[in-house]
Amino acid sequence: MAPAPLTQARREALQGWLLVLPALLFLTAFTYWPTLETAWAALHTTPVPGHPSRFAPLANAVAMAKDPVFWQALRHNFYYALALIPATMALALVMALAVNGRIPGRALLRLAYFTPTVLPMIAVANIWLFFFTPGYGLVDKLLAPFGLGGWNWLGESSTALFAVTVIAVWKQAGFYMIFYLAALQSLPAELAEAAELEGSSRLNYVRRVVWPLLMPTTLFIFVNAVIDAFRLVDQIVVLTRGGPDNATAILLYYIYQVGFQYFDAHYASALTMVLIALLALLAWFQFAVLGRRVHYR
Amino acid sequence: MRRWGLEALGAWLLGAMWILPLAWALWSAIHPPSSTQSFGLFSPLTLRNFATAWGMAPFGRSMVNTVVLVSIVLAAQFVLCTPAAFAFARLRFPGRDFVFAIVLVQLMVAPEVLMVENFRTIGALDLVNSLFGIALPYLGSAFGIFLLRQAFRTVPEELDAAARIEGLSLRQRLWKLYLPMARPTYIAYGLVLVSFHWNNFLWPLVITNSVGIRPITVQLAMFSTTDQGTNWSIITAATLLSTAPLVIAFLLFQRQFVQSFMRARAQ
Repeated sequence: MAPAPLTQARREALQGWLLVLPALLFLTAFTYWPTLETAWAALHTTPVPGHPSRFAPLANAVAMAKDPVFWQALRHNFYYALALIPATMALALVMALAVNGRIPGRALLRLAYFTPTVLPMIAVANIWLFFFTPGYGLVDKLLAPFGLGGWNWLGESSTALFAVTVIAVWKQAGFYMIFYLAALQSLPAELAEAAELEGSSRLNYVRRVVWPLLMPTTLFIFVNAVIDAFRLVDQIVVLTRGGPDNATAILLYYIYQVGFQYFDAHYASALTMVLIALLALLAWFQFAVLGRRVHYR
Repeated sequence: MRRWGLEALGAWLLGAMWILPLAWALWSAIHPPSSTQSFGLFSPLTLRNFATAWGMAPFGRSMVNTVVLVSIVLAAQFVLCTPAAFAFARLRFPGRDFVFAIVLVQLMVAPEVLMVENFRTIGALDLVNSLFGIALPYLGSAFGIFLLRQAFRTVPEELDAAARIEGLSLRQRLWKLYLPMARPTYIAYGLVLVSFHWNNFLWPLVITNSVGIRPITVQLAMFSTTDQGTNWSIITAATLLSTAPLVIAFLLFQRQFVQSFMRARAQ
């Protein structure tokens, strides 16, 4: 049968699909399909010699419910997020406001704030390891006069999570600053002038005028910061390895540990599903709740 | 100036806190190990730490690996994301909006999240411990598609219509009209991508198991945790060495870098 001449619309439809297909293929192979595979694997037990994998839909879920380390990972990830997100966002806003004004040396200052963002987390971790080392580190030296010296920040389970959070804040704040800076620079200059004419204080201007106008940016950064709170584990991998006593084993780190050190692939899959569920919840929150407020032009 | 007094002070204090760790790293890398503790102004300067660190692990090899890896990802993402972004921006085809929504899912579920399953896939393809194995999960990118789509949508429809009337094919329109007009976005996207993959660690750590394939971040991590104990001078020298290419590029193209990160967002 001879192919019928394509109508304009059909031609365009065909072209559209052909252009999208290659990228879609890769996204399917390494995101969508593995997600389904993970869900399926989570319903099976991990094969061990003598015991092939079997379908046991609740086995991993029950194991998870009974696994104190899992609950600890979830709780610690929650703390990590709770500290990381507000701290980085507040610092980012302060930094952006500082370098957006006519402050002396602002180019240098912007450079200072932004540089940690360009460094790999591994390099950042190496540098901070020194700061946190008891006896040598700067943190120790600064605290010694107050009788707080000699503390092993990364080695004590009560402070390790705090220490790795500080490192993440230091690295990420400058990154979010850029987004705030972009938003600030798109604000009309007349706004600031009008506020100044009215004799409104700078703090007032920021609170009443700038902050509301920055809301879409704030929400955008917030969503990114939440994703980062589940994703930033590099410094944990090299500095604390999730320890001491699992104090820094947040969810993604625990997945890494279970999957690649304990080789319990299907239990790791079940843990991955929890992480995906949390991220899906975030996606739902972004689209349904924030909806039209975070608008992608 | 008076108005800025207190604020400037605060901003610079914060700036100092952000610079201090870097300044310290530089300080200890250019001084002999014995004087990293004293911070004397006239401590002897040395470049030996760099030479020592360089000789202790195959950093050169790892750097080449990283450059090749980043090039693969950059080239593949541009080639894969450009047509897809164009189709989402300017063509009408059934299921477009639905597929686009599906694509955006990947913004949330990064490849690292799926590392257990992706490890199995790469294993099945027999690409464990290869640069392609590191790169493959990142080649399709929702971020890239989204960014380029936004850029393509800012090209005036009338220009596109005019090009069509001139008889330009789809490929010619893309090549002669859309790509040039989206150039700033490509630069922004490229810089973000290069810095992301230069710095990426967890997935390369998982998927590589030999010295010859490791990218620089994995090499640096192995070096500082296993080989070194606490010789800070050597560790910081290695740290600076492995970040130097990116940091130097960043310092040279600082303005462009910052603006491109801003643009990547603003669009």
